Amino acid sequence: MTSRQKTAASVANYVDERTGAAAWMKKNLTKVFPDHWSFMLGEVALYSFIILLLSGTFLSLWFDPSQREVLYQGDYQPLSGIKMSAAYASTLHISFDIRGGLLMRQIHHWAALLFMAAIVAHLLRVFFTGAFRKPREFNWIIGVGLLTLGIVEGFLGYSLPDDLLSGTGIRIAEAIIQALPVVGSYLSFFAFGGAFPGEAFIPRIFTVHVLLLPGIFLALITVHLMLVWYQKHTQYPGPGRTEKNVVGYPLMPIYMAKAGGFFFIVFGITAFLSAVASINPIWLYGPYTPGQISAGSQPDWYMGWLDGLVRMAPPIETHAFGHTISWNILIPGLIVPGILFTGMALYPFIESWLTGDKREHHLLDRPRNAPNRTALGAMSLTFILVTLLNGGNDIVATHFSLTINQIMWFSRFGILILPPIAFVITKRLCLSLQRADRDVVLHGVESGTLLRLPTGEFVEVHTPLTAEQSWTLTQHEQRPALELPEEDNHGVARGKVLRNKLRSRMSRAAVEEVTKPNSDDMKEIEGH
Amino acid sequence: MSHEVANLSDPGLPAHVHRAADSDPKAEKKAERQVATLFGLSAVGTILFIVSYIYIPLDLFIFVPILGSTNAHQLSLGLGLAISLLCIGLGAVHWAKTLMPDNEVIAQRHEFRSPESERKEFVAAAKEGANAAGLGRRSLIKRSLGLSLGLVGLSPLLLLRDLGPLPGKELEKTSWKTGTRLVTDPGNRPIKPSDLEVGAVAQVLPQLNPDEERTLNNIGKDAVLLIRLRVEDFQLSPERLAWTHEGIIAFSKICSHMGCAVALYEQQTKHLLCPCHQSTFDVPRAAKVIFGPAARPLPQLAITVDTEGYLVAQKPFTEPVGPSFWERSS
Amino acid sequence: MKSLSRYRKHRYASPLLLVFALFMIGTTFSVASASTKESVNFARSAAIDEGKQIFLKGCSSCHGLNAEGGKIAPSLIGVGAASVDFQVGTGRMPMADMTVQAMRKKPAYTAEEVAALAVYVASLAPGPAIPGDEILTYERDGNTAQGGELFRTNCAMCHNFAGQGGALSQGKFAPTLMGVEPKEIYEALITGPQSMPVFSDKIITPAEKLSIIKWIKAAEVEPSLGGAALGRVGPVTEGLLIWTLGLGLLIGIAVWLATKAR
Repeated sequence: MTSRQKTAASVANYVDERTGAAAWMKKNLTKVFPDHWSFMLGEVALYSFIILLLSGTFLSLWFDPSQREVLYQGDYQPLSGIKMSAAYASTLHISFDIRGGLLMRQIHHWAALLFMAAIVAHLLRVFFTGAFRKPREFNWIIGVGLLTLGIVEGFLGYSLPDDLLSGTGIRIAEAIIQALPVVGSYLSFFAFGGAFPGEAFIPRIFTVHVLLLPGIFLALITVHLMLVWYQKHTQYPGPGRTEKNVVGYPLMPIYMAKAGGFFFIVFGITAFLSAVASINPIWLYGPYTPGQISAGSQPDWYMGWLDGLVRMAPPIETHAFGHTISWNILIPGLIVPGILFTGMALYPFIESWLTGDKREHHLLDRPRNAPNRTALGAMSLTFILVTLLNGGNDIVATHFSLTINQIMWFSRFGILILPPIAFVITKRLCLSLQRADRDVVLHGVESGTLLRLPTGEFVEVHTPLTAEQSWTLTQHEQRPALELPEEDNHGVARGKVLRNKLRSRMSRAAVEEVTKPNSDDMKEIEGH
Repeated sequence: MSHEVANLSDPGLPAHVHRAADSDPKAEKKAERQVATLFGLSAVGTILFIVSYIYIPLDLFIFVPILGSTNAHQLSLGLGLAISLLCIGLGAVHWAKTLMPDNEVIAQRHEFRSPESERKEFVAAAKEGANAAGLGRRSLIKRSLGLSLGLVGLSPLLLLRDLGPLPGKELEKTSWKTGTRLVTDPGNRPIKPSDLEVGAVAQVLPQLNPDEERTLNNIGKDAVLLIRLRVEDFQLSPERLAWTHEGIIAFSKICSHMGCAVALYEQQTKHLLCPCHQSTFDVPRAAKVIFGPAARPLPQLAITVDTEGYLVAQKPFTEPVGPSFWERSS
Repeated sequence: MKSLSRYRKHRYASPLLLVFALFMIGTTFSVASASTKESVNFARSAAIDEGKQIFLKGCSSCHGLNAEGGKIAPSLIGVGAASVDFQVGTGRMPMADMTVQAMRKKPAYTAEEVAALAVYVASLAPGPAIPGDEILTYERDGNTAQGGELFRTNCAMCHNFAGQGGALSQGKFAPTLMGVEPKEIYEALITGPQSMPVFSDKIITPAEKLSIIKWIKAAEVEPSLGGAALGRVGPVTEGLLIWTLGLGLLIGIAVWLATKAR
């Protein structure tokens, strides 16, 4: 043994004698992780969270979370002598006077945008491949929770510098709180320590932003990862990959090097963006005062859909019995988002109820093989894209010579019409792709080589697929629709009949498919 | 199942294909050099970072294509950091891809469901525990415990009560009183009707006593926009017309939708537009909503002139300004 | 002063000076008019005549033969020389077509012709005069920070926090202020062209107007501190960049990471 090996051995011995870690470590060092680019999206989110913790800690060393009014005496001339909050002034200080301060601010903000983008991209991957199915429903719910908290956390961070743009955002958040029936104005006064904007809000959300929410994040992310670890990763279908196994590379050393390296890559790309692209230049926005506003006041992108919904809301308020209910705020600000997020959280259960599938799934679906789910995803995505478009309608209008009124009306109708259209088109597209799969398995790929038959006719030679390719395209299962006692009135409660009808209709829609080639088909082909 | 058909057969994991670096020592050396170069580049990045931190002044600006004139300190500091981090990552991944073994490994999955015997034992243990505590039998304890647990949750909630005062009538009040002068924001100068030409606007606030300090809370409710139109342009009720003065009309600048500053006045169309959610208000018709999500007109402030000829409020706002709330009666 | 000499060299400078001198003598504010009426000279009436000819040819079809306005165009009586200088000098008038808004373009008239038109319109009724160099002393008298405060209260709601412009209703928009001449900014403030309201001298004093101009000029040359400015339109472009460049780069690298080496 070399001396280095000796040292390592004695350290390992020391730790193991006190923790018994060796047995656990032995098992987990050889843990297998499947490799696919789309599996890295969740990692991007995880790593941007770590970047956020690091850069946020740095910023908090100088940031003064206070709405105490100060006169700016710093070096930035265009704000010299202007009244502002200490929070805003200290953010200017970080940006202008601390070396690397602006870089860290930009890293923090870019990482926040990346965090949310990666969460959404990861969510889409999980959704479209059916990775949320049993046994991973808990993790899906935790994921939805992380997304929701991420939106809140991001919004609070965006609000902290107390600049004109973010102050406008807080003003709107306050209006949403205030619009809550019965308790609204009370909650608002509690949150703001009195009337808006007061001097209490920034210090309060600072605590929430740097302590409370990151703590909850850490806990949820830990559980999220532990579940991934314990349940083992899903894998894409392919030769040799089954529901009973997981094919990939061992943690030590390959996955460790790749995942560890990827952390540095994510950090590096974030640093690169922060070096070359300005983000949230608060010194241009000016300090917040309720009497000022800028054209094109927008939230960060992950709130843009909410802003878009609020913009397109119909102008309805109810005044009755001396009370006011602002539907124009409640519907887009709370009710629709509430339905969206509840629906999203419950989706794994809804799907398993519809399909009657209660089995474990570790092999991912190819999106085309679950046309209904894919179509539903495309539909939701279309909904969000319309709201996002409307959330930036003023910028879109000026840059594409449109009018905000046109975009608003387009969105008001589009939000109702386009998602169903997206559903139908996507579903048809999935079925066409299934048909194409079937054709290519049965008839092979066009080789581009022409063959002249003895009859003088030209035919194109088709290269048959390899066994591996054919397997990948046909390994999925095609289940029949649920058989439910829908006609039988005897012994089945009336309510249940209706429910069963609905369920079996949806289940029949869910299994609409192009029959995949089976071994009989293949035998027949070989005969040719 | 009704249509039992045989799937194609799974050909199993494809045979392992060796990489160039596995068999060719030259390729292996090359890969090794590439990895080392990347790590070396990372070190260069860190040196760039250190040099930029120490030697590039904060106020040096350079022109970079695409970026425009940009701060040299921030740019080179950021690029140094980016290079140092990115190259570590790229190096590690390249190392893993080319030089670490690339044999795919198969691990077996196991059902999560516990074996039947263990499940039974668990149920038995749980039941036994519950019985030992007597939860089922001692309903008095169960109920009183439920009561106390339910109540104890109130304490932390109650502790939050002092976060803020009760709203009371606060949301309905502004600083505008009968005779309060309108002063420019910023500048705090009183305004005479003749100061405004037709088509002119003024951002105004109520004049404060010399001993009062204007807070953001005040501005949040007091901000008013003055607009001068031709008197014949108004389409107002007689009552509202009496609230104007020589074609000058005053509206709360705090949007009746979500409280943004509605100050975007289009002189030709005489529309006020809120840049937050694009609610559009028609000024000649007492700021009636003609587009967007706002449901109420902007509150109008009745104005007149005082004995010195300066514009003053006739009376306070007759309705609460800003976004709606539950206790609002109209 | 450096700035003054720059304006002296401007191609509009000499005709403007001439026009301005004429104005200060006669037409603008009636205060001095009584005493100076007698000194109305030949040059001025010649300019009025020339302006009237241009007006009849190029403007009267919309604005009426006597500038009294028509169905599609407003009366120009009392709009002043500043208004003409702004609208015609920036090419907005005559309008190319009847769109929602007159666009800035290459001026249709020479500086002399614009000056003559301005003299003519100003002769119809008193109105705001063209601000001369002795008024536009923003570099000396303006205060950038105060200008920023005024800008954010009075201008940013339409022209955006950095003067990049923004959307108005029905396809109209507030144009960018970058690259706009100080004189034109001043004229726009006092005349309220098109959708823009008027900012009277008692509401925003001439000194405050200079501060606003100084702030805009500072914003124009303000280098980007944190890298590419992304249009200075707020979070929309930032969101686009993170989804395209940010996530795009990372997905590209992830694809490379997950492919087997050869």
